[in-house]
Amino acid sequence: MIELQHVSRIFHVGGQEVRAMDNISLTITPGEYVSIMGPSGSGKSTLLNTLGLLDTPDSGHYLLEGQDVTSLSDAQLAQVRSQKIGFIFQFFHLVPRLSAQQNIELPLMLAGVGRKERATRSLPLLTAFGLETRRHHRPDELSGGQRQRVAIARAVIHQPTVLLADEPTGNLDRHSSGDIINLLEQLNQDGLTLVIVTHDPEVGNRARRRIRVVDGTIDSDLKP
Amino acid sequence: MRPSDTILFALSSLGSNRVRTFLMLLAMSIGVAAVVLLTGIGNGARLYIVDQFASLGTNLVIVIPGRADTASNTPATLVGETPRDLTLGDARALMRGDAVGRLTPIVIGELSIAYRGRERDIPLIGSTSPILDIHHLQLERGSFLPQEDMEIARPVCIIGAKVYRELFGQRNALGELVRISGFRCRVIGILGSEGRSLGLDTEELVIVPVAFAQMLLNTEGLFRVLIEAKDMESIERLKKHITTTIAKRHYGEDDVTIITQDSVLATFDKILAVLTLTVAGIAGISLVVAGILIMNVMLMAVAQRTAEIGLCKALGAGKMQIMVMIVSEALLLSTLGGILGLGIGFSGAWLAIQFYPTLQTTPPVWAIAAAMGTAMGTGCIFSLLPARRAANLDPIQALARH
Repeated sequence: MIELQHVSRIFHVGGQEVRAMDNISLTITPGEYVSIMGPSGSGKSTLLNTLGLLDTPDSGHYLLEGQDVTSLSDAQLAQVRSQKIGFIFQFFHLVPRLSAQQNIELPLMLAGVGRKERATRSLPLLTAFGLETRRHHRPDELSGGQRQRVAIARAVIHQPTVLLADEPTGNLDRHSSGDIINLLEQLNQDGLTLVIVTHDPEVGNRARRRIRVVDGTIDSDLKP
Repeated sequence: MRPSDTILFALSSLGSNRVRTFLMLLAMSIGVAAVVLLTGIGNGARLYIVDQFASLGTNLVIVIPGRADTASNTPATLVGETPRDLTLGDARALMRGDAVGRLTPIVIGELSIAYRGRERDIPLIGSTSPILDIHHLQLERGSFLPQEDMEIARPVCIIGAKVYRELFGQRNALGELVRISGFRCRVIGILGSEGRSLGLDTEELVIVPVAFAQMLLNTEGLFRVLIEAKDMESIERLKKHITTTIAKRHYGEDDVTIITQDSVLATFDKILAVLTLTVAGIAGISLVVAGILIMNVMLMAVAQRTAEIGLCKALGAGKMQIMVMIVSEALLLSTLGGILGLGIGFSGAWLAIQFYPTLQTTPPVWAIAAAMGTAMGTGCIFSLLPARRAANLDPIQALARH
């Protein structure tokens, strides 16, 4: 369960006050499939970063699974991120010198999980995501779609409760986009909460719940 | 992150930028190699000099005319001013002591030696027969100075191998008459070619009886008197014997300097140890320079890998973990560089020994530890700043760069 209570985030850019989030309250229940859309600069990325604990609000409260994470320390936030949150980025952000398998195992590696245990968790994912023949390849030897599948595998290997995707198809062709969205929807059907930030209405409109953000406020929240 | 994973992660990072890694390893290894090699040379020089002194025998006591009031143990006394000469009479008197083993007076000078129109300048030593054993000289042919009273100025000489070659070529020299400074003198022996005693090349020496040398050089004074104590334990007794005897003969003035091998050895040892340390310190500066290079390169690496560091933070790595990652990369680099440097340093030392075996270029153990310690220390300290910068990166901004 994700719960934002009157959350605001204000940036000061060139002496001007920019309200990236202006008194936003939002509840996302487990297993939901939510898309966040809106024009550039509307604050949707800030909203996603806040949900992912990369950004902390200036005011308001954020309850993640009942725990108030607004006042946690840097190290505690890192700890929560490593356990509960999976990230997917527009530019994949794979480590170029690591193989597909190593990239997928990176969150476990950072968490101090041993090599054997990592392999027993990454190999089924590689198979499920159709990457078993590419597991020793490095990112530059993979197609865009394959790279994003590696990134998704990396985002879910530590079994997070929520998957946050920032323009996951922004850098992919139409065919690969469809592939990736199908994969994300599959994960959602298996019970994972999915939040996608996108420009692409075709992607956004597939979500069951569609939130539109304008000027740091929720303009519309279409629930099924 | 487990230590093994941290190392693997750092290795993969180092491997992904080979030129950068190579340059840093080079800088580090040159620094370490310099420390190892320079301390090795310093240590070799120390061992060489200590060895030279030891070959003279450690129960040897040297009596030098003149008194050095300050720092009586330093080599500076070797050139002290002489208020009153040390004479053959003094040497004879000194012989009467129960602590005295062998004794030999020495006079030295620079004179010319001639044989049938061939002439050359030579260092001349006037002494007595015990000098052969005291100075470990080797006689190749003929006989050495006769064992007789030191006041007898018998005109005989023992010549060095080089002097022999230059004056006589292949001809027999034994029994021939040469002229030293115009005085006729019979060659009775030829010295062996090996050996160098305290800087004097035995190949170029000419040795004559001490009284004859005093006549040739027109001097009463001795350069010094070498006395071997009966054994190590009697050295102190011998020193007392020397002081009292000389004081008695020099109207109550004890105007000689007594040098024991131990004290000279200890002084040289101290001087050379300090010298080695200084040289090591200078070489250590190159290590610090290498450390600064590591800092610059790590700063660049952090800038290049901003996105990666941001990603690791997004994936749950805390500040501490990011710092450990960066520092261990630098530490790995400086350790590898250090090991490489040790290899280069020891190879250099080995080569030096092959080319110049007299100088046993062996780096002391402390230098190895110090070089490695400094290498790893600088690697660690100079990577703290880049590591802090990495740890404080804002993951959102870091990830925005791609």
